Amino acid sequence: MEVLQLLVSGLANGCVYGLIALGFVLIYKATEAVNFAQGDFMMLGAFVTLGLTNAEHMNLPFWVAAPLAILVMAVLGYLLDFFVLRRLFGQSQTAVVILTIALGFVIRFVAGVIWGHEPQTLESPLSIGDINIGGVVLGMADVAVIVVTVLLTLFLYQFFQRTKLGLAMQAASQNQMAAYYMGIPVKRVQGLIWGLSGATAAIAGILFASKGAIDPNAGLLGIKAFAAAVIGGFGSLPGALVGGLIVGVIEPFASRYFAAGYSQIAPYVLLLLVLVFRPNGLFSQVRVKKV
Amino acid sequence: MRILFKTSYNDDIRLFPDRWTLAVYAALLALAVLLPMLLDEFYIGEVTNVLIWAVAGLGLMLLTGQTGQVSLGHAAFLAIGCYTNTILIEAGLPFIVAFPLAGVITGIVGGIIAIPALRLHGIYLAIATIALSILADDIIVLLDPWTGGVSGKFPAVITIFGLEIERWTMPVRFYYLVLVVTMICTLFYRNLLRAPLGRAFAAVRDSEVSATAMGVHIARTKVKAFGLSCMITGWAGTLMGYYAGAFNNETFSLVISITLLMMIVIGGLGSIHGAFFGAVVVAFLPQALSIAKGAMIGGSVAIPGLETGVFGLILILFILFEPMGLYGRWLKIRTWFELFPFARKDMFRRQKSYLKTERLR
Repeated sequence: MEVLQLLVSGLANGCVYGLIALGFVLIYKATEAVNFAQGDFMMLGAFVTLGLTNAEHMNLPFWVAAPLAILVMAVLGYLLDFFVLRRLFGQSQTAVVILTIALGFVIRFVAGVIWGHEPQTLESPLSIGDINIGGVVLGMADVAVIVVTVLLTLFLYQFFQRTKLGLAMQAASQNQMAAYYMGIPVKRVQGLIWGLSGATAAIAGILFASKGAIDPNAGLLGIKAFAAAVIGGFGSLPGALVGGLIVGVIEPFASRYFAAGYSQIAPYVLLLLVLVFRPNGLFSQVRVKKV
Repeated sequence: MRILFKTSYNDDIRLFPDRWTLAVYAALLALAVLLPMLLDEFYIGEVTNVLIWAVAGLGLMLLTGQTGQVSLGHAAFLAIGCYTNTILIEAGLPFIVAFPLAGVITGIVGGIIAIPALRLHGIYLAIATIALSILADDIIVLLDPWTGGVSGKFPAVITIFGLEIERWTMPVRFYYLVLVVTMICTLFYRNLLRAPLGRAFAAVRDSEVSATAMGVHIARTKVKAFGLSCMITGWAGTLMGYYAGAFNNETFSLVISITLLMMIVIGGLGSIHGAFFGAVVVAFLPQALSIAKGAMIGGSVAIPGLETGVFGLILILFILFEPMGLYGRWLKIRTWFELFPFARKDMFRRQKSYLKTERLR
């Protein structure tokens, strides 16, 4: 029973990592760049929702505030691409990596100035009550996280496989020049994907905030989500979810069965092992081109 | 306008292209040596800090600027250098042996770590090195018997041939020690660039395919780059430990790694000057900020995250508007004056490249 309880709480945590990892993968899939500020996006999404919902701020009903926050973050993501990242078009990935790290610092600073550094809780209807299934206690928020994550992953997966826009996004990342020749507006497509990842980050933020308190440093969770994305194989949406679940499940088990110093390094050791033995992740997307 | 007329390869790789450059650098060295007579001890300490950051920057520059491998884990190597030096001195070795040895050991460790990391490139290498930086913190705690764990360690006193050097009581002596190390590292770096190995580094950075075609062994070159980079970083780490006066598992955190990378980008990737310019920015930004804050809203108000926020903003502006960093800006200004009135805006325009996926190779 104890194992089952650890497993379930690990899965719920893992879904949050998976949600942030989805944001990484979206951007990587469509622009071949890695957004190191994704965790901070999530934090910002959570704070925007908090600012709209909580009684001391705007005091809107949650079900109005949540879609509004998702919209705000989507617009923010699009504008960020429009004003900042589009200028880097055609430059090396390293520049994008460093730029997004810097962006994360700035977002953290701005959030700290606006909402302060004290941990705050979102007044979310999701965070009330527990469910008891045969002795395993599961918070409503955890259930919501798991359900939403699975649905979102399925939706995004279908979006990339089936829709014209999703295919255009994949094409734009595989070969920009060829995509241009095929009439794909590469720059606008990139803007849209940043908007989409902003919306994903907002959803992750709302769910994360429903599970507990948030503060401006919550974005550092992004590093674990990062490990999740790599373990799953960057560029694979189901891989991101599976990677998130693996990291999420390993954590409670490691802290239960390993000594104190060893438990927290478990996700990173796994990350390094995956990188050494399967550098392209468990769900590898790398195909060697035959000449 | 000066014209350099080169008649042989030796002319091309000379340490100083002409007498004027030699004179400039000699004057700079003279100024550095005479500095303690011009400034008081507080400012000497600040200049020492700049030099230490510059050495660390040189270490990362060799890897990122010269060989094109991004590392977000160099704080781990700073830590290895620092702890190794202290442990060696505590084991009874004199500083003059322990200090170089600490760098060499760090270099060897770096080279060994690089071997699996070499299968990765681009983004994946950056991620692996992030994991390394996070792990370093926890490993230092786990190795408590050697490293002192959370409570940390104090660096052992430096004694060179009976001459004691201590950072707080004798900042001038410590300054000269750091100056000598900086000189050695800079000359080493400069000479490396003239040697075949340095050329191989640049070839790997610019195009791995053409480097292979020219007979450069990619993996071996990258391991050497990692090793040499970590060696210099290890020395910088040792000096940082002495400068701080005490260190524990949190001294060399991921933030230091990121600061280091941002520093060389602001300074200008791929140039020795860049490491020094970037070090000046990193070392003086906190002071400049606190002065500006004091003038605007009163010094007593604490704004957490202000430093990193402003630092991030500066970095974003640099990447957008001056990707070649401070040194690139200086080059442009200098060229404009040298060629007056013939300088054109497009002279430094970078060629645009269209991205192709790494997943299909």
